[in-house]
Amino acid sequence: MTASNSDDAIVVEGLRKHYGDVHALDGVDLHVPRGSVLGVLGPNGAGKTTAVKVLTTLIQPDAGRAIVNGIDVVKDPAGVRRSIGLAGQSAAIVEELTGRENLEFVGRLFHLGKARSKARAQDLLEQFGLTDAAERRAKTYSGGMARRLDLAASLVARPDVLFLDEPTTGLDPRARNDMWGVIRELVAGGTTLLLTTQYLEEADELADNIVVFDRGKVIAEGTSDDLKDTVGGDVVEFTIDDANDREAALAAVRSIDTTDPTLTDTGVITVRAGDRGSDRLVEVVRALDSAQLRPQGLGLRRPSLDDVFLALTGHVAEESADSETATERVGG
Amino acid sequence: MSALTDMPSRNIVRDGVTDTLVMTKRNLLVWIRVPAYIMFTLVQPIMFVLLFRYVFGGAIPVSGHYVDYLVPGVIGQTMGFGSFGTAIALANELQKGTIDRLKAMPMARSAVLLGRLAADTLRMTLVTLVLVGVGAAMGFRFHGGVLDAILMFVYAVLLGLTICTVSAFIGLSLKDEEAVQGFGLIWVFPLTFVSSAFVPVRSMPGWLQHFAVNQPFTQVIDCLRAFASGDPVGNHWWVSLLWMAGIMALFVPLAVRAYRRA
Repeated sequence: MTASNSDDAIVVEGLRKHYGDVHALDGVDLHVPRGSVLGVLGPNGAGKTTAVKVLTTLIQPDAGRAIVNGIDVVKDPAGVRRSIGLAGQSAAIVEELTGRENLEFVGRLFHLGKARSKARAQDLLEQFGLTDAAERRAKTYSGGMARRLDLAASLVARPDVLFLDEPTTGLDPRARNDMWGVIRELVAGGTTLLLTTQYLEEADELADNIVVFDRGKVIAEGTSDDLKDTVGGDVVEFTIDDANDREAALAAVRSIDTTDPTLTDTGVITVRAGDRGSDRLVEVVRALDSAQLRPQGLGLRRPSLDDVFLALTGHVAEESADSETATERVGG
Repeated sequence: MSALTDMPSRNIVRDGVTDTLVMTKRNLLVWIRVPAYIMFTLVQPIMFVLLFRYVFGGAIPVSGHYVDYLVPGVIGQTMGFGSFGTAIALANELQKGTIDRLKAMPMARSAVLLGRLAADTLRMTLVTLVLVGVGAAMGFRFHGGVLDAILMFVYAVLLGLTICTVSAFIGLSLKDEEAVQGFGLIWVFPLTFVSSAFVPVRSMPGWLQHFAVNQPFTQVIDCLRAFASGDPVGNHWWVSLLWMAGIMALFVPLAVRAYRRA
């Protein structure tokens, strides 16, 4: 574990929380330097949401310590609440209220007073491109607009530390890209951000550092590049369209003395290149050729975080999905 | 960048009151904007008044005019049915995660529950006024003094608030809007219909009368009726208060506990 210092906006040590026999958090350590973005990556049920709930004072940990903005979440939860923002699945939005009303009510609940709540709402509506929709009820907003309004609501009191719990789950790719743009701008302004996501691509896009959760434990941490290195260099990837040829292709690749190749449902075969790089690519081409197989899109690429998760856990991220996910509200 | 709320919080009580008022306003705004809520809380009781006044009422023998018997009964029943909104709203906000988000803000935590109860009590007061107005158009009259009329309102709204605490507990315990749709109202039916709301209790079979006479809705409705007619209240006034105090003494702590755990 890296020693924490006073420049960390979030410090977590030995955090545990169990529900019955389920260890939602099984000894988690984290530290997030001020002004940086930590991506918490993992499948449903890995403990991401539980960690956010402890850090935002919604639940108490069974053991361990959690400090947010220099304040202990157990000893002074009210102090923590004054310095954080929490957003995620549009949960703070009241659909019958307009976008402006939603933000003004949040301002009032943060004790900003009437005038400052109004001014802050106006600023945020402008910042998030919602001025045209400001007087419309949130019910009529698209999924992407609802998420932006939700994010705006979490920023009303200018929090020092922001938590985003799966901010783009359920959004279409365009709305997701818009949301990433908004989050990037926010982070450029210096806000410390802890972001949970099931999307490996999202962590890669937004986070300075990534921790990978699996079954209540941090199983890996580092930058996106660090994690990719754990896979062991580049990967050779190709697709076999004909389902009947896929086993033969796997056998052919195995014959060239490589670590276990993987096969997806869509016929994509991935082979770790280790330190052999393009030599491995040539070997794969030869092996497939002598087996008279026709690969599509054969090439050498940097490993994705999907490869990382597979290498770390032995299972694909999406496959272990279960309980923890909150009720998804699409559309708003 | 420093947080806007860095300034010391002013006063716990004052903040609590302010937060409750803000939540109350928010809840009332939502109520008046959802046609289904208006329909359920306002139109349905008016329908009951019309149905019983003009369809069933002629067959129900009471001393005096039936409309004078009916209006306090429908008011009592409406206080029971209206509490459904409390359970639905709390279950919905729990399920959506809204309550979690409010809990992560530096607002008074009690304001979520208090603001809900305050908004629903105001809503019940408004509905009572409307029912008295509709009743008056059909011949309902206060025969007692101004104080009696005021007491009728006070008892009606107190009943509403009492039943809302039960519904708050139900909503916060079930945590699921659909479950509340199924279960949140079913217990109110026997309590409001097996009471003196629409028919005199003496017309029921003997074994049922024991329940009907002593249960809280009959006690409060008899009170409302006595206040409206100017007749003597007898011991209904304190039996009613005892019932309502007892129910709140049980369900307020239960609701608070369910809210804390939710």
